[in-house]
Amino acid sequence: MDILPILSTLRRHKITALLLVLEIALTCAIVCNAVFLISQRLDRMKMQSGVAEHELVEVQAFGIGKPGDAKAHTQEDLLALRQIPGVKSVALVNEVPFTNSSWNSGIKLDPKQTQATLNATMYYGENALETFGTQLIAGRLFNSDEFVDFDAIQRDEAVRRKVTGVIITRGLGEKLWPGQDPLGKPIYLADQPVRVIGVVAGLIRPSLFNGDATAQWSMVFPFRVDTGNASRFVLRTAPADRDRVLAAAAAELRRTDPHRVILDKKTFDDIRADFFQDDRAMAGLLLGVCIALLVVTALGIVGLGSFWVAQRRRTIGVRRALGATRGSILRYFQTENFLLATIGIALGMVLAYGINLFLMLHYELPRLPAYYFPVGAIALWLIGQMAVLGPAMRAAAVPPVVATRSV
Amino acid sequence: MFGYYLDLALRSLRRNKALTALMVLAIALGIGACMTTLTVLHVLSGDPLPGRSAQLYYPQLDPRDMDGYQPGEDPPAQVSWTDGMNLLRAGRAHRQALMTGGAVPVQPAQSAIEPFFEDARYTTADFFPMFGVPMLYGRGWGPADDQAHARVAVLSRKLNQKLFEGRDSTGQTLRMNDVAFRIVGVMDDWRPSPHFYDLNNGSYSGQEGVYLPLGTAFELKLGRNGSTDCWGGKPSDPDHMDTAPCVWLQFWAQLDTPAKAAAYKQFLVHYSQEQKALGRFQRPPNVRLPDLMGWLDYNKVVPGDVRLQAWLALGFLLVCLVNTVGLMLAKFLRRSGELGVRRALGASRREVFVQLLVESGVIGLAGGCAGLLLALLGLWLVRKQPSDYAALAHLDPAMLLATFLLAVGATLLAGLLPAWRACQVTPALQLKSN
Repeated sequence: MDILPILSTLRRHKITALLLVLEIALTCAIVCNAVFLISQRLDRMKMQSGVAEHELVEVQAFGIGKPGDAKAHTQEDLLALRQIPGVKSVALVNEVPFTNSSWNSGIKLDPKQTQATLNATMYYGENALETFGTQLIAGRLFNSDEFVDFDAIQRDEAVRRKVTGVIITRGLGEKLWPGQDPLGKPIYLADQPVRVIGVVAGLIRPSLFNGDATAQWSMVFPFRVDTGNASRFVLRTAPADRDRVLAAAAAELRRTDPHRVILDKKTFDDIRADFFQDDRAMAGLLLGVCIALLVVTALGIVGLGSFWVAQRRRTIGVRRALGATRGSILRYFQTENFLLATIGIALGMVLAYGINLFLMLHYELPRLPAYYFPVGAIALWLIGQMAVLGPAMRAAAVPPVVATRSV
Repeated sequence: MFGYYLDLALRSLRRNKALTALMVLAIALGIGACMTTLTVLHVLSGDPLPGRSAQLYYPQLDPRDMDGYQPGEDPPAQVSWTDGMNLLRAGRAHRQALMTGGAVPVQPAQSAIEPFFEDARYTTADFFPMFGVPMLYGRGWGPADDQAHARVAVLSRKLNQKLFEGRDSTGQTLRMNDVAFRIVGVMDDWRPSPHFYDLNNGSYSGQEGVYLPLGTAFELKLGRNGSTDCWGGKPSDPDHMDTAPCVWLQFWAQLDTPAKAAAYKQFLVHYSQEQKALGRFQRPPNVRLPDLMGWLDYNKVVPGDVRLQAWLALGFLLVCLVNTVGLMLAKFLRRSGELGVRRALGASRREVFVQLLVESGVIGLAGGCAGLLLALLGLWLVRKQPSDYAALAHLDPAMLLATFLLAVGATLLAGLLPAWRACQVTPALQLKSN
C-alpha cells in the first residue's frame, strides 16, 4: 500500500486530520490513566485482612446507663453467645477490621527515642485471634493466665507492668526489624518494654487513615475487655450459618440485657463491602468514562470518515475507473486511519505519561506500568479500524461510473 | 438577520440528522459529565456559613511536651480540656464555644420506639448564636446552664419529628442514658457542609440529633466520638480526661473585625507564654488562628476522588469538543458550494461567519439542554452513592446558569475555527468547480 499518496491527500485536510489525531491522543492518554486508576482500585479492594472473613459475623451492642458489674455481664454474654448452635468461637474485642474505628499508638524501638518509630493499631480481647482465625506463623498465642483486665491497666501502674508480651503481624515485624526474626524483640509504648511472643501472617488495621502502606501494622495485647469499654462481639461460624447466627446473637444479647441497644449487626463480607464502597463506586465511574470516551472517539472517526468519503466520491470514482479494485479503496481508507491513529497514539503516550506524572505528584499514585502503552495502542488501533470500516465500505461501493458524471 | 440565520441553521441541522445528533450527543455527554462533577466539587468546597464564616476563627495552641519537638511544626488540631476552659473563661472573643462530638442512647417515652443511639454534640451555650443556628421552637441554653451542668437538651428537627411528630416539645422530658433531660429548644433544618466545626467524624457528616451542655455530658460520662491525641507516653484514664495531657475538643471564637482577630492572636501568644511560665506548656508559643475557610483549606476537606473526577470530566469535555470541532469543520466545508453561492450573491465574509456561528450556537444550546438532563441524571446517580456527601449533590441556580454558559460558550469556541475556515471560501472558485 502506498503511503505517500495518502500523506499528500492528508496534507490538504490538515486541520481535520490534526483534530482527529488530537482526539485520539487525548482519548489514549485519558483512557490509559483511567484504566490504571481502575486497576489500582480493584487491587485495593482485594486487600488481605488476615481473618477468616467468610466465617465471621459482628454484633455491636451498647448498654444504656452505668454499666454496673460489666465484667460479670460480659462473661454471661459470652457464655450465652457460645451456646448458639453452630458458633465455633466468640470474642468481645475493642476493634474489628474494616470498621474505620480504631485504637492506635506510636511505638518506639528504644525508650530514649524522641519520635515514635511508627504508629500501629492495638487489638484487645480474650480469644480474639482464635475467633478471627488469624494464622500464627511463629511463636505462640497468649495463655489464658496472661490476660489482664483493660480497666485495671488504665488505672494501675502495677498491673501495667505485668504486661510483657505482644503478638504482632509479619508486616509490622518486617517493618520494624527488616530481615530479622521479630520473636523476643522489645518494643516500647511508654517506658516499659513489651516483647514479641508471637507473629501472625496478617491482621489488617480497622482504619487506613495513615495510608494503605500501613495496613498491616497491627499489634495484639493480652487485655480482657468488657462491655464497659468495648462493644464489638465477633462470632465465628460456618459460612452457611452466618445469617441465622447473626440473628440469634442479637436476640441473645438483647435477652441477657434488655437495657441495651444493638447498634449494628453484619456479616464480615458486608463489612468489607461497605469499607470499599467508595473504591467500587470510583472504579465504576472511571469505567463509565472510559467507555464513553471510546464511544465518542469512535463516533467521531465514523463522522469524519463519512465526510471524507462523501467529499472524495469523485476521486474514488476516477481511481476505480482507472482500475483500482474495491479492496484497494477499502485499504486506502484503513491505512489512512491507521496512520492518523498511529500519530495520535504516539502523541497520546507522551500525554499519558505526563498525566501520570501529575497524578503521581498530587494523588500519590505509582508510575504507569509500561505494558499499558502497547495495550492502549492496540486498543485504539482496533477501535479506529472498526470505526472507519463503515465509511470505507461505502467508499469501496462507489461505482467507477461516478467519474464520468458531474456531481 | 439573526432570525434568518437561525432559520438557515435549523434547516442545515435538519439536512444531516445523524451528524447533528452526533455533535449534540458529544457536547451533551461532555457537559453532563462536567456539570455533574463540578456541581459536586462546588457543593463540597462551598462556604458552610455564608456571611458568617469570615468572623469565625479556630484558635490553635501547642500544649505538648518537648518529646519529638520540631521547630515550625503545626500545633495540634484540637485543644485540651484545661486550655479550652481557660480560653472560654477568658472570654476575649465576642462569642466562643468549646465542644466535642458524641453519641447517646435515647430512650423514648413511647414504648413503640425502641431505644436507639443518636449522634450528639456536647457544647457550650454560644454555639447557637455564634453559628446562627435557626430554631424552630424554644432556644439554646444559656451560660448559666453551662455553669450548673443543667440537664437540658436541644433536639434537631429530624429527631423532634421522630420522637414528638414535629410538635413543639420544649419543656418536655427526654430520657437519655438513663438520665432525664428537659428539652429547651428544637432546631430548624440546619446542615452546614462541610461539617466544619468538627472534621473528626466525617467532613460531610449530617447534623447531630441532640445538643447537650459540655459540662453536663462530661459529668455524666456520656460516650464520645472523635479523635484524641495524647502525649507523655502513658495511657490516659478515660475518667479523667479533664486533666489528661490530651487534645480532644474543638474551640471556636467569633471575632468581628480583622483587628480583633489580630489582638486575639496576640492574646493566644501571651496565654502560651504564661502557661509555659507556669510549667504546663513546654514548647515555645506556637499559635495559629485560621478563619473558617482557612481551616477547611488546611484540612483539605474536599475528597481527592472528587477533584480527580472533576479533572477527568474536564478531559472528557475536551475530547468531546475536539470531536465537535472536527465534525463541524467537516460539515461546514462540505457546504463550500452553498456558501460560495451566498458569497457570490453579495454576503460578506462577516455575515457568513456570523451565520455559521449561529449554527454552532444552536448545536451548543441543544447540547446544553441534553447535557443538563444528563447532569441531573448524573447527580441523581451521585446521590445514590454511599458516601456521606452524596445527599448534598444538588444543582443550584448558579450551577444551572453555568451549565448553559459552559455549553454555549464551549460550542461557540468550537465553532470559531470551522466557521473561520468556511468563510475563507473564494466564491468564484466554488462556483467554477461545480
